[in-house]
Amino acid sequence: MILVLVETDAQGVTLTSREALSFARTLAERLGDQPVEAVATGPLPHPDGVLDHLAEQGVTMLHHADDERLAAYGGAAWAAAVVDAASSARLVIGSGTPRGMEVLAHVATRLDCLMAANVIAVEETDPLTVSRQVMGGGVFERMRLGGEVAVISVAGHAIDAVPAARPSTPAVRTYAPTLTDADLLTRVVRTEQAGGDDTSALTGAKVVVGAGRGAGSAEGFDDLLELKDLLGGALGVSRVVTSLGWRPHHEQVGQTGSRISPDLYIACGISGAIQHWAGCQSARKILAINTDPDAPMVTKAHYAVIGDLHEIVPAINAELRRRLG
Amino acid sequence: MTDVLVCIKRIPETSSQVMLSDDGMSVDARHVGHTVSAHEEAAVEIAIQLADASGGSATVLTLGPADAVEQLRDAVAVGCTRAVHIEADSEAFGPADVATAIADFVRGEDFGLVLVGNDAADTGDFQVGVRLAYALGRPVVTGISSVALDGDTITARGAGPDGDEVFELPSPAIIAIQEGGVTPRYPSIVGRMKAKKLPVETIATQVSPMTYRLGLTSPPEQPSTVEVLGEGPDAAKAVVDMLVGIGVVSS
Repeated sequence: MILVLVETDAQGVTLTSREALSFARTLAERLGDQPVEAVATGPLPHPDGVLDHLAEQGVTMLHHADDERLAAYGGAAWAAAVVDAASSARLVIGSGTPRGMEVLAHVATRLDCLMAANVIAVEETDPLTVSRQVMGGGVFERMRLGGEVAVISVAGHAIDAVPAARPSTPAVRTYAPTLTDADLLTRVVRTEQAGGDDTSALTGAKVVVGAGRGAGSAEGFDDLLELKDLLGGALGVSRVVTSLGWRPHHEQVGQTGSRISPDLYIACGISGAIQHWAGCQSARKILAINTDPDAPMVTKAHYAVIGDLHEIVPAINAELRRRLG
Repeated sequence: MTDVLVCIKRIPETSSQVMLSDDGMSVDARHVGHTVSAHEEAAVEIAIQLADASGGSATVLTLGPADAVEQLRDAVAVGCTRAVHIEADSEAFGPADVATAIADFVRGEDFGLVLVGNDAADTGDFQVGVRLAYALGRPVVTGISSVALDGDTITARGAGPDGDEVFELPSPAIIAIQEGGVTPRYPSIVGRMKAKKLPVETIATQVSPMTYRLGLTSPPEQPSTVEVLGEGPDAAKAVVDMLVGIGVVSS
């Protein structure tokens, strides 16, 4: 059995968790039709949506640790619930989100087994060998996962969430996880919405307008913000921009910021260093606006405009206003 | 008073292209400088601030080759007052091995808080902090960008899916730091002088590491397929046509 930790939201199963389910299903077929089961922790915001998504992904069973004490997130507590459901699991798989990584690291430690982080593909099934991103995705590592059980986190947006050929009717097993006082010690005690100071707008945006050193100064963002508003998107910035204090850290896209997967990423004045590329490479389309036609961001982009963003972005804004009326 | 330990890792400084060694087992770092990850720079800053605020000390530790002393001295230059070097071939150490080696050192000490980076910028394993916590039987939280101490209570804050998440945990604890909550300071001249003089405590580890790396490969070089829509502001019309074409803007 392959057990997949699924994270949930108001729609059902999150996109990155559905990607992990698709990864698990493909691997299960290669391993000889292992069943794929899912585990979810705490009260579900939208149970029907969760079951719909699990059916779409061909999941045979949902293990639901329905315990109020798991409503507030905690890495150790969630991991305890996952381990409770993993007794016959050959693999425990989740998505490479911050929570996914934390819970899976706990699970791997509790199961005393190996964990491969940021996996993008299975190279071989016997012995199980995976390919994973290292150096922020600038290099791939082939890693052997020996042992009776192993843990895998799937790199976000590295593979698509593809529905199963035949949808399933997942059985639901509700269970009471064994939680110790120590497990409950590291749960969230409160969540503070500091005036839009979170990353969900950025990670969920269909269009992201990105800005790098080429913005020039903290005052150089007005046109970029207008473009973002005209397109109904979000602003994302490179690490240089936050390091210089031009914009707050929660807007940072990259290896040490948010990883985004918009339909369109407009990278303005961004050279495209590995640190940044790690966060934006999953964009469906990239438009680079840069003075340097040889910048990595330009050569890797789908579309480019060569020149100064401070001349080009206002012109795009004007054209958009004209057409949008 | 809280004594803080901060763990760092020497990594090659790579920005655009990573060269691999001839045997494909490591990054060829002969022609690049070295640094620590952005998360660890933030962890060092937090360690120094907490030590100052509580009247305790900040100790920096690394597991790595002889040259990793450079990164220890950088941390001393900004305010750490003790440097510990577990001299070992870090390439051969997986996250469980690193955690075991650090735990062996920490057991003989009295740190109220151990900080690590959220994930190393090179291997990205996301596990050392968690595995270290289990080895020591201490609580752990990850993805934390700011930390406050009040006696034996640690308040840790990090970005969650719905806003800033706050954790409260008892000391001693392990915390994995994410950059963004503090601005790492630059070393002063005096700091650099101190860093040169401070003796580094070198210790050996009994851990025999296991490597599960079969090899590294560079992502396949993709020929550029970029479509240049134009130069300068005159390209605006072509850009908006493209936006309409891919459905981002409805005409």
